[in-house]
Amino acid sequence: MQVQMTVNGQPVTAEIEARLLLVHFLRDQLGLTGTHWGCDTSNCGTCVVWLDRTPVKSCTIFAAMADGHEIHTVESLETDGKLDLVQEGFANLHGLQCGFCTPGMMMTARWLLDHNPSPTDAEIREAISGQLCRCTGYENIVRAIRWAAEQTENSGEFASPGAQEKGVSA
Amino acid sequence: MQVPASFDYERAASVDHALSLLRRHGPEARLIAGGHSLIPMMKLRLAQPEVLIDINDLSDLSYIRIADNRLCIGAMTRHADLLASPLVAEHYPMLVEAEEVIADPIVRNRGSVGGSLCQADPSEDLSAAFAALGASFVVAGEAGRREVQGEDFHLGPYTTAVEADEMLVEVRIPLRPSMGSAYEKLERRAGDWAVAAAAAAIRLEDGVIAEAGIGLSAVNAAHFRSPQAERRLVGNPADQATLAEAASLAGADCNPSADQRGPVDYKRHLVSELTLRALVRAAASANRRI
Repeated sequence: MQVQMTVNGQPVTAEIEARLLLVHFLRDQLGLTGTHWGCDTSNCGTCVVWLDRTPVKSCTIFAAMADGHEIHTVESLETDGKLDLVQEGFANLHGLQCGFCTPGMMMTARWLLDHNPSPTDAEIREAISGQLCRCTGYENIVRAIRWAAEQTENSGEFASPGAQEKGVSA
Repeated sequence: MQVPASFDYERAASVDHALSLLRRHGPEARLIAGGHSLIPMMKLRLAQPEVLIDINDLSDLSYIRIADNRLCIGAMTRHADLLASPLVAEHYPMLVEAEEVIADPIVRNRGSVGGSLCQADPSEDLSAAFAALGASFVVAGEAGRREVQGEDFHLGPYTTAVEADEMLVEVRIPLRPSMGSAYEKLERRAGDWAVAAAAAAIRLEDGVIAEAGIGLSAVNAAHFRSPQAERRLVGNPADQATLAEAASLAGADCNPSADQRGPVDYKRHLVSELTLRALVRAAASANRRI
């Protein structure tokens, strides 16, 4: 069957099998390997992408269900060579070791900060509670997200460039 | 890599369209809403529908509103929307407490209320919560819509009154402003299925319990309810002795299985303890709402 959708702002048309999962469509057919494929059971959250600007687990959605919709992957966070503050936070505060969970963590973190620019640590932990990290013990991930929130507050900059375009508000 | 069996994909544009697709494709067709129950089962090939009918476009089934003195929840309402609803928090905080412990925030973004109910997993949380609140279920079919009472909706594990050519469209809960409610669940880790869970709803009149609902999940209680505990409560004051006896009855009024989550006697003890905790909080809330 044929599907059409927007992926990271670009229109995409593709021929797929109905049983193809969104995570494999993004990775294998579009070559967007930033999104990782982990547990395959919607537990680990490394496959989190945005479907119509809401974080979802792409291992538990058929690509056919995204037909006509808008997808954002971790590749959309960086704009014109400039990292998103969440990406900077993960890099600067060691929010990763092996990096496997990182794309999902960052997509959830960006969504959280777009909707709640000054989250408490408890709110950060709740937001990422459906995502597993086996390296950091989560401490540095929470620090990285808190750092990104603080930079946003300090600089007066608000939300990701992509979110600004689309008028996402707190 | 888990690969589901092949299927044909259809997308419904309305309830009537979904129903006509169900009729056209027969019993091997399945509706798919959030897909967070069905897709994992398809990956394991426990489910192999020949046709999937995607109902995610039916945004007119995504609502939470009050009509005819009832709280009405559309079947395509996402768990995240139920959790965030001020209307739900005002009338039935139990539902918010249940939602907080259903899976995780990302899964709740996609999973739907109707999908969870129709999957009818024996450990599903909302089924117990709705049972305690005396919810009814509106099912649409070729002949129109019918309202199924809670007792008649859940026929057993993974089985509901929704026929192969029908779909659930709405959940209705009678509004009782003075009803207090609470949900208690024990899970092994965040977002897991319940080891056991208890839902309690109480309405007081002149110091005695006028109405009571006890819902139980994950312990094989018939229709997710404990009628014995409910009968012990109604007509009695909401004092410690009554609540404790009702809670104890709930522990006996179910049939848990021994599994990796624990042995039978532990689960019965857990049911009594969780029921008591939920009852104490529901009674306190009911007292504040008089």
